[in-house]
This record gives sequence, structure tokens and C-alpha cells, in this order.
Amino acid sequence: MSAAPVMEVQGLSKHFRKDDEELIALRDVDLTVEQGSFVVLLGRSGCGKSTLLNLLAGLTPPTSGQITYHGKPMRGPNTQVGYLTQHDTLMPWRDVTRNVEMPRELRGDSKKERAAVTAELIKLVGLSGFERHYPRELSGGMRRRASLARMLCADPETLLLDEPFGALDAQLRTELQGELLRLWSGSGRTVVFVTHDIEEALILADRVVVLGPIGTILLDQPVDLPRPRDPDDIRVDPHFVELHRRLSAALKEGAR
Amino acid sequence: MSATTTPEVGSTARPAGPLREASRRTWRQRHGRKTLIWGWRIGLLVVLLVVWQALSGPVLDPQFVSSPKGIATRLGDWVADGTLWSNTWITVQEIVLGFLVGAVSGAALAYLIASVRVVWDILDPFLMALYAIPKVALAPLFIVWFGIGTDMKVLLAAVTVFFLVFLNTAAGVHEVDRALIDAVRLMNGTRRDIAFKVVLPASMTGLLTGLRVSIPYALIGAVIGELVASNRGLGYLISDSSAKFDTDGVFATLVVLSVIAAILNAVVNLVGKRANRWKPLDTEV
Repeated sequence: MSAAPVMEVQGLSKHFRKDDEELIALRDVDLTVEQGSFVVLLGRSGCGKSTLLNLLAGLTPPTSGQITYHGKPMRGPNTQVGYLTQHDTLMPWRDVTRNVEMPRELRGDSKKERAAVTAELIKLVGLSGFERHYPRELSGGMRRRASLARMLCADPETLLLDEPFGALDAQLRTELQGELLRLWSGSGRTVVFVTHDIEEALILADRVVVLGPIGTILLDQPVDLPRPRDPDDIRVDPHFVELHRRLSAALKEGAR
Repeated sequence: MSATTTPEVGSTARPAGPLREASRRTWRQRHGRKTLIWGWRIGLLVVLLVVWQALSGPVLDPQFVSSPKGIATRLGDWVADGTLWSNTWITVQEIVLGFLVGAVSGAALAYLIASVRVVWDILDPFLMALYAIPKVALAPLFIVWFGIGTDMKVLLAAVTVFFLVFLNTAAGVHEVDRALIDAVRLMNGTRRDIAFKVVLPASMTGLLTGLRVSIPYALIGAVIGELVASNRGLGYLISDSSAKFDTDGVFATLVVLSVIAAILNAVVNLVGKRANRWKPLDTEV
């Protein structure tokens, strides 16, 4: 925890207005994310995790408080981040290649430059042979991978992932988790990963932040399990079990 | 066409590519359904014509219902003396021009107005009120403004097309998935990028629906304009024939109008197919 902070969140609140009521999604959240770290935000559904990520991405302005990115207050969408949302945001009218290359296309890269990078990324996520398929012709898991490839195409320095593997089957999930760790380790990238799955949190994270209702931080737990973590072996590791218990207890605490 | 693709899904082994198999289908499997449908269509038409012809005369008065034979004879005469071509050409011109004017202005205005929510909300009731006016009621006004030439018919067709294209396109623009726009914003996309790479393609379905439903109305607008006041065109042929109590002539013109409508519809279907290739795979065998 010696690295410089990438993102600092101070006194962050977000309200949504509905008729004459204010729906409070987040209240007074403080959070610091260090450069190069893998932070998992763990919380039950409806605790404002997704709202927090939307704010970190700069897609919606906070009601109060502020977010700084590399020390500078954020205004508008943060184009340094790659954001993988819960639901697919692939353009249905573009095939896999055209979707994956989109960030570079908008950046103005030439067709040739794009083609090489795109082909490599598609191979990386295991979608070779599906370059000309449209999102609707792909399975859910394949669409996820295409989204992942598109995100990586922009070469973002920070990744925001909102329950990215939630809807996948267990094997594919493990596989993509491994893929993500491979992409992250040694790259210097920062990852903020949202999930409600304790096990997933422990397999991936350097640090797990347990969120309660309205974004209250219930527990900020460093995870010092040695890497690489084999998902099958680590489940029986006593330290893993201990951490699992602690996180689980914190989640329960928040529910009360 | 010649191969079905079965994307391999979710196994632990990473798929190296889609699993493709050549599908061997017999002529019957390939064309059976289409042949069946077309066979029935033609059969139905023939039966209808035969029954009509048989009843016309002994049961029904040809003065009122005409007969397929009478219609064919009349069409033959008109083709021979050139009446058919000259009048059809006039009407087709009015339809096409009216359609183009209405569609282009409707689509353009929809993108301008619907993209800015506030402007749309302000104008919405006015637009709906204008939309509700029966377009026939505008004919007298248009005669005063533009005379009884082709301009009046073109505009009458254009007005109807305008609203249908406008409203459908606007609906398409409003239904654009917010998440897709956000995705492009995070890619550092400009407003221009959002407009051309998200909103435009996403609203294409709405625009195409508008174009498709408005085609018959372009025809209706033009023909009504001709019925109200003209001395040329298919609408004029109808009113002229009926004034002479010439039912064969009226029916012959109606046949020509339906053929034009069918052709126009086929054209738009072609356009729709090209633009909607990203829609789900066609499941029809």
C-alpha cells in the first residue's frame, strides 16, 4: 500500500430524485485506490456498488463530494478508464471486429493499425473465427469476452468491472478470472472490481472493501493470499477460510 | 445460404472457431415452403378471378362490379392508345417525389428535434395535433396555395409521409440505449461520434419502419390530390371513368394502383433487409 493513489473519493454522495423524494444511493463515501492494485468492492445487491462505479467512470456527476483521478478533480467521463458494465454495451449493428476496434476508431487510428491490435485481442479472448459475427449471434459468454476485448483495445490504465462474470457458467467464469489476472499482473494497471461473490473477491483481490447499504464501508480487508491462487486449492486454505468468514460476517453485519 | 453455423458455447476448451457444417438440404427443404406459399397465392388469385368472371353477368351486374375480362380489355385499350402510360407516369412521379420530400424532411427534422429532449417535449403536443389532421382536409388549402398542378399532389403525399417518417424516426432516436451512448463517451467519443455511430444506426429500425408504413400513404396522398382536382394521373382516370359510369375503367385503374403499391413495397423491403443484417439470424429455412 505504498503506491500513489489513482483515485481518491471524498465525502461522495449520490441522490436520485423520484417525484418529491430523494433516493439516497450513496452517502459520504471515502475511498482511495492505489496505483496498480486490484481492489474488489464487495456488497449485496442494491448497496450502491454500480452507482459508485458509474461515478468513478464519470458518467454521472455526484450530488456532493468529489473524486480525483491522479490528483485532478474529475469532470465528465473519464476516458482513462475501461468500464465493463453488468450488461453488454456492444453495438448490435457492428460485428465482433468492428466492435472491438471501436475505441481506436474513435481515436482516429488508421485501419491498418487497428486491424493488427484487434486481431490479437480477439485471439486473446478466444473469439477467433467469430470476427464477422454480430453480437446477437454470440452466446452470453462470448459477448462478455468481446466486451472485454473492446475495453482492452483502448489500452486503459484503470479497469472498472461491474460484476463482469456474474451471468456466466462456473467454468467460463474461472477461465475469464484467470485471464483477467494475467492481463493485470505486471501491467501496472489498476482494477476496481465489483461483485457480490465472496469467493470471487478472495481469488482476485489485493484488497476487499465490503460495502453496506448506501455505500457505508463495513470492512477494508487486505488480502495477502499468495498468488497465483488456484481456485480449487485455495478454497481449503485455512487463511482463505478465515478471510471468507470475516467477509461473510461483515456482509451480515451490514444487513442488520 | 449453403452452411449453417453453430457457435460453440461455454465449454472449458477454448473454441478455436465456430463449428461449421455444410448443410445438405434437398430441393424440397430449400424451396418447399416458398413454393407452397407462392403456389397458394397464385391459386387463390386464379380462383378469385374465375369466380368473379363467372358471377359477373348471370348474378352480378357488370355495370357495378365489372369483370376480369372487362378490366383486361380496358387495360389493353389504354395500353394501345397510350392513356395508361402517360397517366401512370404522372402519378408515379407524384408518389416518388412526394415520398422523397416527405421522407427526407421527416427524417432530418426527427434527428434534429428528437435528439434534444427539451425541444421535443415542447413541440410534442403541436406535432401530434398537426399529425391528427386528416390530410385530405388540406387539399383545398393546397389548391389555393399551389394550384391544381402536380405540386399540390406531391405536397399532399409528402405531408402524410413526413409525419409517419418523422414520428417513427423520433421514436427510434428516443429508444437508443443510454448505455451504448455512455460506452462511446468513455471511449472519448465526441457528440458527432455519438450521433453518427450510435444514434443513427440505432434509430435505423425506426426510420425504416416509418419508410415502410408511409409508402402506401404516398400513393394515397397523390391519388386523393388527383381525385380532388386534376386533369391527368390515375386519380383523374378513376374520377373520369366513374363520371362516365365506366366501372371497367375504375377497376382497371385500381389494378394499376395495386401493382404500383406492390412494387414500391418490394423496394423498401429490399432496403430494410440490407440495413438490418445485424438483426437475429433468419430462422426461416
